[in-house]
Amino acid sequence: MLKIWSMKQQQQQAENAEGAAGKKKKKVTAAQLRVQRDLQELTLGSTMKMTFPNPDDILNFTLTIEPDEGMYKGGAFHFSFNVNQNFPHDPPKVKCTQKIYHPNIDLEGNVCLNILREDWKPVLNLNAVIVGMQFLFLEPNASDPLNKEAADDLRQNRETFKRNVRTSMTGGSVRSVQYERVMK
Amino acid sequence: MASTNSSLRWKHLHKVLTKPGPFSDQDWVPGLETISALETSKILVIGAGGLGCEILKNLALSGFKDIHVIDMDTIDISNLNRQFLFRQSDIGKPKAEVAAAFVERRVKGVRITPYVGKIQDKDEDYYMQFKIVVCGLDSIEARRWINATLIGMVDPSNPESLKPLIDGGTEGFKGQARVILPTLSSCIECQLDMHAPRPAVPLCTIATIPRQPQHCIEWAHQIAWQEKRKDDPFDSDDLDHIGWVYNEALVRSKQFHIHGVTFQMTQGVVKNIIPAIASTNAVIAAATTSEALKIATSCNPYLDNYMMYAGEEGVYTYTFEAEKKPDCPVCGNLARSMTVDPDMTLQEYIDALGDRPEAQLKKPSMRTEGKTLYQRFPPQLEEQTRANLNRKLRDLVENGQEIAVSDPAYTIDFRYRLLFK
Repeated sequence: MLKIWSMKQQQQQAENAEGAAGKKKKKVTAAQLRVQRDLQELTLGSTMKMTFPNPDDILNFTLTIEPDEGMYKGGAFHFSFNVNQNFPHDPPKVKCTQKIYHPNIDLEGNVCLNILREDWKPVLNLNAVIVGMQFLFLEPNASDPLNKEAADDLRQNRETFKRNVRTSMTGGSVRSVQYERVMK
Repeated sequence: MASTNSSLRWKHLHKVLTKPGPFSDQDWVPGLETISALETSKILVIGAGGLGCEILKNLALSGFKDIHVIDMDTIDISNLNRQFLFRQSDIGKPKAEVAAAFVERRVKGVRITPYVGKIQDKDEDYYMQFKIVVCGLDSIEARRWINATLIGMVDPSNPESLKPLIDGGTEGFKGQARVILPTLSSCIECQLDMHAPRPAVPLCTIATIPRQPQHCIEWAHQIAWQEKRKDDPFDSDDLDHIGWVYNEALVRSKQFHIHGVTFQMTQGVVKNIIPAIASTNAVIAAATTSEALKIATSCNPYLDNYMMYAGEEGVYTYTFEAEKKPDCPVCGNLARSMTVDPDMTLQEYIDALGDRPEAQLKKPSMRTEGKTLYQRFPPQLEEQTRANLNRKLRDLVENGQEIAVSDPAYTIDFRYRLLFK
């Protein structure tokens, strides 16, 4: 044990660091630090907004996507982001807080995006997730469905699917499921 | 038959501790002092499961007399095949308490103090009392927590504040043991990318066309539960909940003509149970505890610093020195002290950071553990934190508090401990 401590002292001398002051205060966690950095490196563009219910808690926030092209143009889609202390080892938990008609988002708000689950890697950042989310609205993907009916519609008849998207976005029903109005 | 006569029980151990050996350090003084150092070393064991049972037993039989153990779990019937300190009548009781009582009964003269709860319940004052911490955990999150806590506790003016962390881990036939000297050697956070992430099945496979019985269980657990029992929080220890998931999964597996969904498999998938093999636990626990003995007594050199064990094809072990990452978010950038005028505003402080030769940060965002001081991007958060710029430092941070600063111009982040002038 003494040996270990003399190693520490040598390291300390080498760095010529000053002594600690007073009692230790809580440290910023690795997850917080990473999110602080990730937020700073975001490229949001005009179609995306973020809101922080509690600005001191950067691990929980809402992302709003307002597509300016594609089938979902004109809508405002809200997603809750929950980043846990195990980030970036664990991916952020993302949920759509509205009931929407989308092949890759189920009625509970679960999102099927590969990098949110099986393809998540700690080198990925929040920007990658947000770009991926934006892409879901530009190119809904029928081959990875979470809402099976919506995916079938998209596969079978793109025009019908487009009409259904419009109906659902204004708060109408598609296949007897009532959707939430999400127009801006 | 082991004798209860203490001098006989420790005969072999004392041979090692009272004579120098070929590998012992030149400065090492064998004898009573070393033995007493071992017996008075307070040691903490985190986890009283598969590894924990072995570790507690080994430490007690290696001459440690003051052992503490933390575990939040209770004993489940499925533990009994390898967690040998537990009996059928112990099912439902806290692991830490039962394990402590068993070893105390079996090894005379050892005191084991259990704590039933989470490691996060305890603060630095608690961890400060130990000389060494040994981990037998199954979660990366808990490892990261204790790692960050022990690193944060290192106080350069107090030698006792450096607590060697000995970490064991197993998965099936594979395992690892490592010695971490907080702030001196590579830490758990530095080595994080060595852990393969849990293989996850795409949610869409689960939601649409399952191929394996496990997919049906995941469906019942993640999708059906949410749909049908939304307001009922799922508890993986509640047998009724597991039973419900099992039945749902069974119905689904029949629809897709998939065989093999069982109650046991359901429990395994839902609780994310990794197959545990008693001998792997024994091998790894033995490695961690002999390191604890060597570190506590200095009788022989300790592991530097990572031993991997692969038993799935014959036996292969390899020891190497994992390197410290200079940009490790936990041990790589320890807080540097910075003296500041508490009456300066945050804006003035940020301007000063740009000028200080050791910082030169032009566009920093910064926070404390509990407060976002200033975040430059995204715009919404910038707006919400802008008002802080005109506030005085003394109103935003405490004397001696640590802040973390990120600047897009640098790939690493900075930590400063602000000392008021």
